[in-house]
Amino acid sequence: MTLYRPGKGHPMIQFDAVHKRFPNGTTAVHDLSLRMPEGGVTVLVGSSGCGKTTTLRMINRMVDPTSGTIQVNGKDVLQQDAADLRRSIGYVIQQSGLFPHRTVLDNIATVPLLLGWGRKKARARAAELLETVGLAADAGKRYPHQLSGGQQQRVGVARALAADPPVLLMDEPFGAVDPVVRTQLQDELLRLQKELNKTIVFVTHDVDEAVRLGDQIAIFRTGGHLVQCATPAELLARPADDFVADFLGAERGLKLLSLKTLADVPQGPAPEGGAWTLVLDEARKPLHWHAAADGTEIPVRPLRDSDSLLAALNESVASPTGLTARVDAAGTLTGVSSRDDIHAHAGRAHVAARAEAQTAASVPAEAQVEA
Amino acid sequence: MYELFKDLGAWLTSGDQWSGYDGIAHRLAEHLQYSLLATLIATAIGLPLGLLIGHTGRGAFIAINLASFGRALPTVGLVVLVFLASGLSMWPVYIALVALAVPSIVTNTYAGMTAVDPDVKDAARGQGMRWHQVLFQIELPLALPLIMTGLRLALIQVVATATIAAYVSFGGLGRYVFDGLAQRDLVQVMGGAVLVAVVAITLDLALSGVQRFLFRHRPA
Repeated sequence: MTLYRPGKGHPMIQFDAVHKRFPNGTTAVHDLSLRMPEGGVTVLVGSSGCGKTTTLRMINRMVDPTSGTIQVNGKDVLQQDAADLRRSIGYVIQQSGLFPHRTVLDNIATVPLLLGWGRKKARARAAELLETVGLAADAGKRYPHQLSGGQQQRVGVARALAADPPVLLMDEPFGAVDPVVRTQLQDELLRLQKELNKTIVFVTHDVDEAVRLGDQIAIFRTGGHLVQCATPAELLARPADDFVADFLGAERGLKLLSLKTLADVPQGPAPEGGAWTLVLDEARKPLHWHAAADGTEIPVRPLRDSDSLLAALNESVASPTGLTARVDAAGTLTGVSSRDDIHAHAGRAHVAARAEAQTAASVPAEAQVEA
Repeated sequence: MYELFKDLGAWLTSGDQWSGYDGIAHRLAEHLQYSLLATLIATAIGLPLGLLIGHTGRGAFIAINLASFGRALPTVGLVVLVFLASGLSMWPVYIALVALAVPSIVTNTYAGMTAVDPDVKDAARGQGMRWHQVLFQIELPLALPLIMTGLRLALIQVVATATIAAYVSFGGLGRYVFDGLAQRDLVQVMGGAVLVAVVAITLDLALSGVQRFLFRHRPA
């Protein structure tokens, strides 16, 4: 797996010495310099009141900085008309913020209509986007309150994408939906991002979400200080200080494994005639483990090469034999991997990530962040 | 008692009573004309005021205190006061009716504007709407159910109070009430009162029906 290097691409969004103090005297963002590369997902994380949302909202001038400059695509945002700037940037917020008196289709068509596309063309584009975000065509005629929370968020994303902006700002977009739907929406976003290659700025307080979605993660501390900005693997392998380490949590070693796949872990043939047998169906798809002694059946969760080392580790612990069933894309058994092999690979993944983080931290990263 | 109701029924249904200059049809038309014109003027004053206060968030104390001002306003006193100042004209009547209607319109418009979800307003701004687009495309339509309730309340109050036009010698359904009182004709007094009540209730029901139809897609 190649690590994404922040700052490698041309920076789509650039903060230089940005300071934001609100009229009531609180400092929301303190001397922030940060680059967000084109086509990458930058996740801003931190506990509430750390300035991550303010940072996001300064990009489309929902909030103006007290000092410093912010450039989007090389142009200072303060030199641009705020409404025009916002129309050129997708914006998704937590409670979706859909307009309750407009149909889903008209909600999605908001920015095209503001840009003067004409109703027909705007609605055609909106209908196209319904499909892009995985909603049925007849959802377009409904009103937002007739949709589930997850569907509303999809509409929110579609609305942000309507005028095909190069930049997408997402302020805790999946914060209000249940964990199952959240995972689905994250998957969808990753799939969309593969297709669309937007520059995305994503705010969350959920570390797992940040690790899952981010090409680079910027961690903020209360008072609006940026503590560390690095790739997820670098961050997990070498947190800059105790604050970052605490924020990433005690399981950060395991989280690192969620970034690695088990493709390279060796596999052997499934055991036969022992205490436990792996039962297959006619298509050679694993069904469950069967105990020879008393006929106990224990469920099996077969893994593909694209699954994470973390999932493999979990499966090897849960499996009665310590073996993890491996399948191909069609679900047919290809072999099994042992707990020891998975462990050994997990250890190696850590060593490699630490080494990579070390080289990244030694020279170029400083130049990237400061520049 | 029974006789009284029978006479009232006869009064309300006799053809003579409905036609002519002092007929119910003409008085009803006058009454509606006063009421609608007064409500229209009140809307022209109250609606922009409520929208402005709601959109900017400035001057909220005006919107809130106007409600109690409206309740405390002595309508008849106001009519007499303006009547004494301006002499015999429709001015005192319209000024009193408008003063009665404006508070409910401002207060309800303001309430409707503040009830708009801040996230929705934030999203509207964030999509690139200018202030007038946020106001007219988002805030106004979303506040409209409450704004219409305010207009309905104002109109009902005005209809019920427009009887005072007769107090300063003009027409409307109040004619029957004041003339009936002067002539000690109880049937006529009751007839006028019943007519005013029926007009007010009919308008209220009709307008709430219109509201229900217009906002049938809104969440409850």
